[in-house]
Amino acid sequence: MGRTFSRPGAPGSGSLGLELGGGAGSLAAVERPLVYLDHAATTPLRPEAFEAMRPWLTERAGNPSGGHSAARAARAAIEEAREVVATCLGAAPGEVVFTSGGTEADNLAVTGVLARRGGSAVCSAVEHHAVLHAVERSGGCTVTVDAAGVVDLDALAATLDGGVSLVSVMLANNEVGTVQPLDAVAGVVRRAAPGAVLHTDAVQAVAWVDVAAAAAPADLVAVSAHKFGGPQGAGALVVREGVELEPMLVGGGQERERRSGTQNVAGIVGMAAALEATVAQRPVVEPRVRALRDRLVDGLAAAVPGCVESGRRDTKVASIAHVLVDGVESEALLVLLDEAGLCASAASSCASGALEPSHVLAAMGVPRALAAGSLRLSLGWPSTDGDVDRAIDIVADAVRRLRAGGAAIDLPAAGARG
Amino acid sequence: MKVLVAMSGGVDSSVAAALLAEAGHDVAGVTLKLWGGASDRGCCSVADVDDARRVADQLGIPHYVFGLADDFSTGVVEPYVAAHAAGRTPNPCVECNRHVKFDRLLRRALAMGFDAVATGHHARIERTSAGRWRLRRGADAAKDQSYVLHMLGQAHLARVLLPVGGLTKREVRSRAAAMGLRTARKPDSQDVCFVAGSDRRAFLGGRIPLHPGRVVDTSGQEVGSVAAVELVTVGQRRGLGLPGGTHEPRYALAVDVAARTVTVGSEDDLSTTETAVEGWTWVDAPAAGAVHAQCSAHGEALPATLDGGVLRWDAPRRRVAPGQSVVLYDGDVVLGGGTAA
Repeated sequence: MGRTFSRPGAPGSGSLGLELGGGAGSLAAVERPLVYLDHAATTPLRPEAFEAMRPWLTERAGNPSGGHSAARAARAAIEEAREVVATCLGAAPGEVVFTSGGTEADNLAVTGVLARRGGSAVCSAVEHHAVLHAVERSGGCTVTVDAAGVVDLDALAATLDGGVSLVSVMLANNEVGTVQPLDAVAGVVRRAAPGAVLHTDAVQAVAWVDVAAAAAPADLVAVSAHKFGGPQGAGALVVREGVELEPMLVGGGQERERRSGTQNVAGIVGMAAALEATVAQRPVVEPRVRALRDRLVDGLAAAVPGCVESGRRDTKVASIAHVLVDGVESEALLVLLDEAGLCASAASSCASGALEPSHVLAAMGVPRALAAGSLRLSLGWPSTDGDVDRAIDIVADAVRRLRAGGAAIDLPAAGARG
Repeated sequence: MKVLVAMSGGVDSSVAAALLAEAGHDVAGVTLKLWGGASDRGCCSVADVDDARRVADQLGIPHYVFGLADDFSTGVVEPYVAAHAAGRTPNPCVECNRHVKFDRLLRRALAMGFDAVATGHHARIERTSAGRWRLRRGADAAKDQSYVLHMLGQAHLARVLLPVGGLTKREVRSRAAAMGLRTARKPDSQDVCFVAGSDRRAFLGGRIPLHPGRVVDTSGQEVGSVAAVELVTVGQRRGLGLPGGTHEPRYALAVDVAARTVTVGSEDDLSTTETAVEGWTWVDAPAAGAVHAQCSAHGEALPATLDGGVLRWDAPRRRVAPGQSVVLYDGDVVLGGGTAA
């Protein structure tokens, strides 16, 4: 093979003391640590999770379905993890089905219930694609939200009837952070479609909301480890006693015939350790991060002309700062932020990595032109005051440069005829 | 210089990025997502984006994806469909360059602080001793793409780089192979990128009504029929429902969508001595007098005289299909171009 080019400059190191990436590449003139504010996409592995996983990634082996001592040890490890996860999520151990992550858990909930019970599915218009696409594929329908992204309970009631077998309303939104009133949703579902199963995608909520309490009215609850300091590739679906669903994966019959496939022992053990730490530290971390987030949003609004917060702050999880920057394109802004060492995001990306127009902002009634300038900065347990200060400076500078650069362009209009 | 390279996932733009990085420029790659869903094949496929991203990784440059589907739809696909609906033969690559790559993308790149946008097109940009920018054919005559870049003016050329324009395709591939780029042996792209399987009938049929039409000779007598007048191109010989054998070859002379009629005639009837051109753009000063003019992407440039917007051909030639770009050259230097009326 031929030679390869080496990347100029050494990789940057994050404010966590962890290496989060390769810096901003050759465009970074000066080496700086990354400001990582994309915790809603993935948050770093907690040390507790890493320590719990280490033996299962190194000296220990064992298929939990086997019969010998090594297998029994692996089995014991995942069952212990199951108990921890169950306690943290307000479920019984037998109600926890381990999956490969949030998407599989959401898919299993929607597809599994419909396959077993027939009927149709209804979800909010702001669901994550893992729910939305599963519901759309089944021919189901969506329910509108208000300007803050909160599901319209009257519209929900109007949509429900005896033919609906599954309702899915997320606990916290992944783009703007809106927390749904699940108690009230459950009340509507019990009245208008008493036979329906209520699923909630709690993937973005776990780190910030007491899911054991908040998701108590739901029959199915999906979580994903890497959103709260566990590893990628591990998740769970809580399936309450008596709720039946058809497995999507068949084979060895693991997870009580609800999800075949050898369990990801290290991942499950890491998820449990991360969840336990998350729940234990939440009373301290949540208010600290909430204060950081508030300062970040207020700081951006003050430093960046034409920058407004989307939705309503009092309906949001502590971690998400979501703003709309007038006259700026997210795709261009994100590149400048990346160059400056700030990891951020906007709407969800499609498979190619291109930004798609946000279905969440559209559902909230944000005009498409304004939605095109959206920016999501999501904080996590390791976030610091320094991250907030630098993020405000970097965003303000990038927006200033984009606007000045745009104003200075002296190209003739496309198709201008000579 | 800070350069944004438009990387399609093909070998030309891969090598363009590599050459710029090698030359020490501050390079970032971008792949445009213009069309289609998350499909694995065809234009803007995930596979192509993956190729571009992996090449960028190998070069040690950042890579981004810009979704410009709205602009592509408005500036390229809708006009393409509308032109066919009017019985014309559009050139979507030209419109993509005009509206998307060298307008939308270039503007965004400049706003972002890039000094230039680079692409893998086979054409050459040079600066004359008088300080003017010049656009020339690529070094590889068989791969030359100057035709689809004719709309670039001085302001564009000052901010565009075409790093592979001085190389033959063979040289591009051997450079890519020498650098171990995964795109070294990737086949060249073909046809209109957004028309899946090159099936114009299916693509257009899903967007506009296609009308069966009569095929008449120059005396007005019906001699055949076509399934869709919108798909007929002036100069076309096959697919006109005409009996073969003893007749001399007959060609489409004109397409009248409103009347659902295609008029056919002999090669002599198809012959013309002048072509009206509209919507001229000029690389530098407007041209006049003796020029060479090329009327399709891979056509030959023929001598003509430009006279007030009308090209008078030195020798009679086949009629130019309305909607095609007509590009004027002085030797291998692009002067400008317009659209056949």
